[in-house]
Parts: sequence; C-alpha cells; structure tokens
Amino acid sequence: MNRVRRTGLALLGPVLSIVVALVIFAIVILLIGEDPLAALQVMTDLGDRPSQQVQSIVVILNRAVPLFLAGLAVSIAFRMGLFNIGVEGQYRLATILAAAAGAAVALPAPLHVLLIVVVAMLVGAVWAGIVGVLKVTRGVSEVISSIMLNFVALGTASFLLTGPLRGSGPGESIVTTKIIPESGWFPSLNGLLTGLGLAEPRSELFGFLLVAVVVGVGIAVLLKRTRFGFDLRATGLSPSAATASGVDARGMVIKTMLLSGAIAGLIGLPELLGNAHRFSTEFTAGLGFLGIAVSLLGRNSPVGIALAALLFAFLDRAALPLQFADIPSSVVTIIQGTIVLAVVIANEIARRLALRSAERAGAAAGPSGGEGGGSSPPPDTGPDGGQRIYTGVPGEPQGVES
Amino acid sequence: MTKAAALLLAGSLVLAACASDEEPSGGSAGGGGTGADEELKIGLAYDAIGRGDRSFNDSAFAGAEAAVKEFGGEYREVTPNEDGSDRAELLAQLAEEGYNPVIAVGFAYDETIAEVAADFPDTTFAQVDGANALPDGTSKGDNVTGLLFAAEEGSFLAGAAAALKSESGSIGFIGGQDVQLIQTFQAGYEAGARAVNPNIQILAEYLSPAGDFSGFNDPARAQLLAEGMYTAGADIVFQVAGGSGTGVFQAAAAAGKRAIGVDSDQYNTVDDPALQAVIMTSMLKRVDNAVLAFVGDYVDGTVEGGSDNLYDLESDGVGLATSGGFIEDIQADIDALRQQIIDGEIEVPTTP
Repeated sequence: MNRVRRTGLALLGPVLSIVVALVIFAIVILLIGEDPLAALQVMTDLGDRPSQQVQSIVVILNRAVPLFLAGLAVSIAFRMGLFNIGVEGQYRLATILAAAAGAAVALPAPLHVLLIVVVAMLVGAVWAGIVGVLKVTRGVSEVISSIMLNFVALGTASFLLTGPLRGSGPGESIVTTKIIPESGWFPSLNGLLTGLGLAEPRSELFGFLLVAVVVGVGIAVLLKRTRFGFDLRATGLSPSAATASGVDARGMVIKTMLLSGAIAGLIGLPELLGNAHRFSTEFTAGLGFLGIAVSLLGRNSPVGIALAALLFAFLDRAALPLQFADIPSSVVTIIQGTIVLAVVIANEIARRLALRSAERAGAAAGPSGGEGGGSSPPPDTGPDGGQRIYTGVPGEPQGVES
Repeated sequence: MTKAAALLLAGSLVLAACASDEEPSGGSAGGGGTGADEELKIGLAYDAIGRGDRSFNDSAFAGAEAAVKEFGGEYREVTPNEDGSDRAELLAQLAEEGYNPVIAVGFAYDETIAEVAADFPDTTFAQVDGANALPDGTSKGDNVTGLLFAAEEGSFLAGAAAALKSESGSIGFIGGQDVQLIQTFQAGYEAGARAVNPNIQILAEYLSPAGDFSGFNDPARAQLLAEGMYTAGADIVFQVAGGSGTGVFQAAAAAGKRAIGVDSDQYNTVDDPALQAVIMTSMLKRVDNAVLAFVGDYVDGTVEGGSDNLYDLESDGVGLATSGGFIEDIQADIDALRQQIIDGEIEVPTTP
C-alpha cells in the first residue's frame, strides 16, 4: 500500500511534466497554424517501408545510448547531493585521449577496445576527481569548479586536437586525430536486428548499447545492494546524519566524483567506437549538458534515465520528419525545454505532497517526535522523512532506514 | 481564472508575433513546370543555425529560390539539430524522399556526404565549401560536386580597400573559428593590405578555436574583441564570423570606426541604419550564384560529378560590394588589383 503510494508519487512528477509539455506543444503548434494531432502523427511516423522504420529506431537508440550514459553520470553525483556540471568537459577530454590511445597501439580486438574504454574512464575519473579533491580539501563548491574545469577541458581538448594529437594534414577543414585501427572498433548490432527478422537498416546500431545496459544495471545494483551505495544515498539524504553514523563523508565525495567521471568518460565511446573511429572538430558536443536534463527527467534512477534518454532521442529524431511536414523543427527544442522546466516544478509539487503525507504519518506515529523541521543535528527517526525526500529521491527512504 | 486566461492570451499574442516572422519553409513552383518534364525537387541542407543568419545559409537559400523561379519545381530546406549529429540523416532523408539534386551547405558535411552519396548513387549531390576529394585524397563519390570559392581573392580586395581607407595605419581581422577555411580569408586580407601598404599593422583574432563552433554565433564576444581592436588603434575591422558579425558592427558604430562585412552584401542585410553606416563594404561570396549555376547544370544534364566547381573573381563567385558608396573613390585601384589577380600577375596566398 505504502509502496504503491510512493511509486505513484515518484511517477507523478515526470508524468505531470510531460503532460504540461504536451499541452504547451499543442498551443505552440496551434499558434503557428498547424494541427497538433497531425504534428504528433508526423513525429511518431517512423517511415513507410520496414527498412525505414528500423532505420528510425536505430537512429533513436544510437542517440539514446550516449544520453543515457550522460544522465547516469550526472545522476550518481546528484544522488550524493553533488551537482556535476563538468560532465561535458570530462567526456570530451576522455574521448580525445581515448581516441589517441586507441590509435597509438595495435592489440587483438577485445583487448584493444578494453584499453580504449579503460583510458576513457580513467581520464573522466581523474578530471572529475579534481572537483572532488578541491571540494574536500579547500571547500570549493563543486558547481563552480566543475563549470570552470569545463572551459579548461574544452580548451585542452582543442589544443590537443590541433596540436600534438592532430592526425589530419594541414589545410583541412575538419581537424581529426589519427584513426583507430579496425581491431579497436566495437561491432555493430545489425546482425542481431536481421537475426530477429527485422529489415537491415542503413546505419549501424551501436554495439555499445550492450555496454550501456550493463553499466546501467551495475549502477542500479551498486546503489541499492551495496554498502557503498547505501553510504552514498545516506550522505546525499542527510550529510550530518551519515557522518554521525560513521560514514566518511569526505571520502564519499571523492569516490562519488571518481565514479561519476568514469561513467562520463564513456559518453563519447558509442560514437567513437561505433562510427567515427576518431575524435574530430565535428565530434558531437553538448551531451554532458543534455545529460543534466535527462537525469532530472529520469529522477536519478537508472530506469527513469533510460526512459528519459529514449524520450529525448525520440524527440530529436522527430525534428527530421517535422521539417518535411513544413513544421519548424524548433518545436522539438521547445518541448525538450518545457519538459525540463516542468519537471523541476512537478518535482517540487510532488515533494510537497510527499512531505505532507510524511508529516501526517509522523503525527500519527506519536506527538513526541514533533517539531517537524529536523534542523537539530541529531536526526529524529520520524518526521525528518520529509527532509530526506527533499533531495528529490522519493521511493528511497525505506532503504536508508533499514 | 480570468488572470490565467489573460496570461494565456498575452502569451499567445507574443508567440503569434514571433511566428509570423517565420515564413513557412519550402516553397512551391513559381513558374510551374516550365522546365523539364520531371518536376525539379531541390533538397537544401543547411549548416549549423540554418536560415536567418543573414549571411551564408541565406545566400544558399536565395540561390535555391532563384533556381526554382527559373526552372520551376520546388525546394525543401532542412536544418541540422543543435549539435549537428543528425547531418547524415538529413541528407539521406532528402535523397530518400526523391529530392534531386541535394545540396549540402558547409564544410561540416564533409564526411557525411561521402557516406550518404554512396548509399544513393542515383542522386546528384553538391557541397558548398567542400571539395570532392576527402582529406585523405579519396573521392566523395562520382555523384558529388564540390562548390568552392576563392575566398582569398575576394579577401585580398577587402584588405586592399581597408589599407587604402585606413587613416591610422592599423586594421583588424576577426574570424569566427580558427579553421583552415577562415584562415584563407585572413591570408588574402593580409596580403591585400600589405600589397597596398607594406607597413600596415594588422590585428587578427579568432572567436573560438577549431572544434568549437560557438564563434559563429557569439555577437557579444565579437563585440568585445572588436572594441579591443578599435581601442588599440585599428580603424577598420574585417569580420568573417557568421552570426557574430553584428557584434563587430555594433562595436564599430560605438567607436565611430568602420567594418567590412562578409558573404552577403551586409550593407543591405542589416536592418539598423546606424550599423549600415559603418559597413564600408562586404567581401561577397556568391553562394547563391553557385547554387543557381549548379542547379542549372543539373537541369541541363551537364553535371560532371566527381569534380569541383571553383568560383573566383573571374567568374564573379567572389567580389567586393559597393553598396553605400563608401569605396567609390578607390574603385579604380580595386578594379586594377582585381584585374591583376585575374591575369595571374598577383598570386594570392591561402594560408596566413
């Protein structure tokens, strides 16, 4: 009963925000003189022929994989109460160094890919680790330092690309690193698609999709079923309470940032290993920032983030058919922006509802726990449930209490 | 309740006002089937921010529009998403929907056009600002034509004009992104200025490094950079920065100095008379001419494919705008230099 109620509250935010976004979308479409239902139909139209439909699905999945990883990287820090805005810089620096490392060596296929993945994760972790160390030793807000490190990372990546790691000749419009030999490519999943009896798509489905699924499951298990995950969530919900119960909060900050950065390092790899095979001035940028939106929409849970990433990827692809239907594709940007805005508002509403029901439960349990705020350092057992929910992770408190 | 309704109404008015600015994309036939028996369907895939940049993309659009006016048929314009990751899909969709020829605008399509052209051998592709040969020397395909511009030749004239008109003996150059394509503008500009005045001081800056496209859409930063140049003594600044260019014009207006536009005749494309007054001239890159000519070749069935069309001073693919009459007094010098370049007496460098 209680569980159903909690799940309902957790779903309320995202569902509410998507509904609000749809309404605003309909209004915008009406205002530019088009039919919202027709527009929606265009957006969900994947194509006439089977090969086109499969191609559309591949495009969506290929876009969703990096978005999912980006959302995951952001969410781990979020869970701990840290805002890692530096995912953008972490993944770009990680991708260029991993591309360079992959191009520099020749190894048997699985080892070669493994090496690239490890390098990317290490670079991402180290770059994010700087933020953690600065926070723990000097008290620098991670928001400030991770934003600032973005500029340093992007500048460094640009310097490396145009300088020491340049693989393209002078006078070329697109500057690239050297190409990774074929042993360092990640096989595509097209064989799987045709094996399932689907038509062969034009593009290749990133094999890295499988890695992303494994990482997602791994993170879910880590958060829910391990001591580390428990400490992380506990620190995120109430740092003082966690410290009082023996969690090393400083160590947790550094470990969390390392983990967040390591996953951030993976963001560029689907494209690097599956399609581009080298880093270039044309390499997809901005995924780190999109990850923040995806993480917010997914309410920091791996399943939610996967759904959010798919939704964003779906909307992104919809920009294409919309243009062919003479509807400006900017409506997609409007929807994405509205969803994120709405999700923040809806989360707040859901939080208040949860707070109220927790207060009611607290009052029913006994008046002694009374004063409601939880501002006093020793954590009360009852009413501070409201404060826990404040961090935007409803559905979790029972794990902390257990 | 009434308050909410009022808000909604106000909001809708604002949105309607915005929407009315934007003309629905994709036009239908002007002449209506005067040309070939098969209706012409031009596919146009823009670079980065799409139409409305008052420069490069708009010029390509003007070319497509002129082509439809001349040959009949229709065109379809598409714009990539913010990070440009769907470029390949744009081209493939155009080809799949039967658009032919398909014209990609911008060097960013370099690799994607090679991939897509191989998948659609019966479609004729062209790329503005991209050669048929990939960097590694392989061809992008027999069905791809490169539409190239001798930007250094036009920039040479812009540099000469700047040096002739400069009173302080110091001029500036602001590029959108530090890439080879923009460097050819800088190279021509500097060579042209030095050809007129060997002792001229040239300040050159780029808004963003290679790999960071923000420089083409950052007027605030362009304005700061230009202010710095004007303060440092430059009295004419040449901007090759796409959407950032207005920042340079604003800085020029504020400092009472002058600037040189790029791609389109920007004297005619800026709305503000205050900014118009500072645009001494513009280095024209006639993307519209190139697009129109290419579609014409396609209609005539004379597209060779697998090669490049070069648009230079001689073919009026590049040049210097005269709107506003600011360079009337030096027109004779400019024309003489132009002729010398065409005759091969002056060789213009392509790297600074």
